[in-house]
Amino acid sequence: MPELSYRDAIRSTLIEEMDRDPTVVLLGEDIGQYQGTFRITADLLNRYGPKRVIDTPISELGFVGAAVGMAMLGLRPVVEMMTWNFSLLAYDQIVNNAAKVRYFSGGQVDVPLVIRGPNGAGVQLSAQHSQSLEAIYAHVPGLHVVTPATPAEAKGLLRTALRGKDPVIFMEHAALYSMKGSIPNGDFALPFGQAEIVRPGRDVTIVGYSRMLHMALEAAERLAGEGIEAEVINLRTLRPLDRRTLIDSARRTHRAVVVQEQWKPFGAGAEIAATIAEGAFDLLDAPIERVTGADVPMPYARNLELLALPTVEEIERAARRTLYREAAPAGGRVDA
Amino acid sequence: MADRNTRMNGKRNAAGPAVATSPRERPDLTSAAAWYRQMAIARRFEEETERAFRRGKIGGYLHVYSGQEAVAAGFLAELRDDDILFTAYRDHAHALFRGAPPGAVMAELYGKATGVARGKGGSMHMFDVPRGLYGGYGIVGGHIPLAVGAAYALRYHGTDRVCLLFLGDGAMNTGAFHESLNLAGLWGKEGLCPLVIIVENNEYGMGTSVARASAVTNLASRFSAYAIPGERVDGMDFMVVREAAARAVAQARSTGHPVAVEAVTYRFAGHGAADVFQPYRNKNEIEHARARDPVIILEQHLRGAGVFDEARVAAIHEEAEHIVADAVRFAEESPIPSAEDLSTDVHGA
Repeated sequence: MPELSYRDAIRSTLIEEMDRDPTVVLLGEDIGQYQGTFRITADLLNRYGPKRVIDTPISELGFVGAAVGMAMLGLRPVVEMMTWNFSLLAYDQIVNNAAKVRYFSGGQVDVPLVIRGPNGAGVQLSAQHSQSLEAIYAHVPGLHVVTPATPAEAKGLLRTALRGKDPVIFMEHAALYSMKGSIPNGDFALPFGQAEIVRPGRDVTIVGYSRMLHMALEAAERLAGEGIEAEVINLRTLRPLDRRTLIDSARRTHRAVVVQEQWKPFGAGAEIAATIAEGAFDLLDAPIERVTGADVPMPYARNLELLALPTVEEIERAARRTLYREAAPAGGRVDA
Repeated sequence: MADRNTRMNGKRNAAGPAVATSPRERPDLTSAAAWYRQMAIARRFEEETERAFRRGKIGGYLHVYSGQEAVAAGFLAELRDDDILFTAYRDHAHALFRGAPPGAVMAELYGKATGVARGKGGSMHMFDVPRGLYGGYGIVGGHIPLAVGAAYALRYHGTDRVCLLFLGDGAMNTGAFHESLNLAGLWGKEGLCPLVIIVENNEYGMGTSVARASAVTNLASRFSAYAIPGERVDGMDFMVVREAAARAVAQARSTGHPVAVEAVTYRFAGHGAADVFQPYRNKNEIEHARARDPVIILEQHLRGAGVFDEARVAAIHEEAEHIVADAVRFAEESPIPSAEDLSTDVHGA
């Protein structure tokens, strides 16, 4: 199995699919001549020409909406969102057109559109450039929301996105672009809505996705040192959400910790925790814990930014709390 | 075109706006007779939708097209069967003119399974993709970028098909308009945007007049910011609209560059069915506009040319009466969607 970076896994999949399918076109800001902000699209303008690799003006609403129209007329556009923060300018197009036009047309059109780019925080970009916006997309019927955590997932999930009929919100994590990993050979694809049990364990279920998966795994390793065997679930996609795997795991371990980078209120973790509570209520031995980013706009100062992000230690403590090996924080869960 | 832009002022003159007329011969009046019939059906259809709304048969919003028929008719008269169009929420006539069965359009308004969108869209979301109608959209300006991308796709596929984009005067003040038209202008330079933009300037965005909403009231001139030629025409006269449409469609088809036309028109009814008192305009203004009813103007052209006589006109209106009555009956008798339909069409298979 070849080893690729997360970045190259995405780039090579774009190349493979563009070679295979002439209807795949790329749009975005500075993806062509500039080679892409994160170099995902490096050299692709040269390879495929300006008709297929379209450098757009700074007009997120405009080019996302145009991509929806292209998708309705038989193209397979892949929009690069320089970061998901900028997608708010296109939110109306994504929510009111991309997600719904199949439905309100009575099923007369497909919208095979992929919007991809980095989501999340960690490199001191402060309040407007560090958001984790997955929940506002996962809330909307008609969309798929994909959050790959490894190079293999980036490839396998992007392949599935590029062969579907629906709009896909493909959320990469900038902190993972240089991560290396082995990739299965050939026409490798991963289905949406199938979580992976990355590490089996009997004592507590820890649920993560995207970059948080790696912190969950690190916490699980450390917990093993004190005799706690955590089961770590990697969601891969938030919508569709693999409710079965979540519930089955919690029914086995009787405890769950959900990890997300975004703000706590109304976040993805709330939906995951509610899913577990609904499906495993009678078998739970402790309240479900959520480990999340701080409920503040992201600060710039490095020390404050670190305080605003979830940590491995917080995941460990949350797991211990579910096992009653650590007290709840002062103020209890009402303030948490 | 620049001459026209500067010659026209922003004020609508219902008694006879300055119009862009071409010295070349007007399109054939005989074929206009078929469009007169379409316009008469659409007018009668909208009268019936208002009645059905008042009777509680139609829910939600209802935006009727009466007064603006010459605009959609004039443009769709120049469209090929394989061309496509996008429009906003005042879309019933666009569906009818494109050939959607009146019964299916009425059934959509009634929320029936036999509607053009299977009862899932309603008044604002008329779709008939096999006939090139890609919707009916309810967020003002939100459909503009879709049409730009669709036009790009038509050229990308190597066809000479064109895309029509209907929008209202109010939509020109949205960010979607500016971002999309800039893209259209850019892609047009490469011959990759065969788009005809039709501004249906009916003088009001809901209850706010163009003069109170747009810093520049000559709307056609605003396209110059995107290197898109724009002209203003009398949207009440089918013959004038059709002539402008013929030019615009031919130009977009041959060059792959967008063209814009502002059709100055007027809606006779309120913005929506709930706009009963219309405090933003007075009765005189509406009466003044009705004096230039597009259905009557076309009728006068056809009578003047000897194509129509009294009997022919009466026969057309009688036929329209029957067609709309049949549409209502079809809608009334059609089944409602099944409970299973609730969750179909969310995703592709």
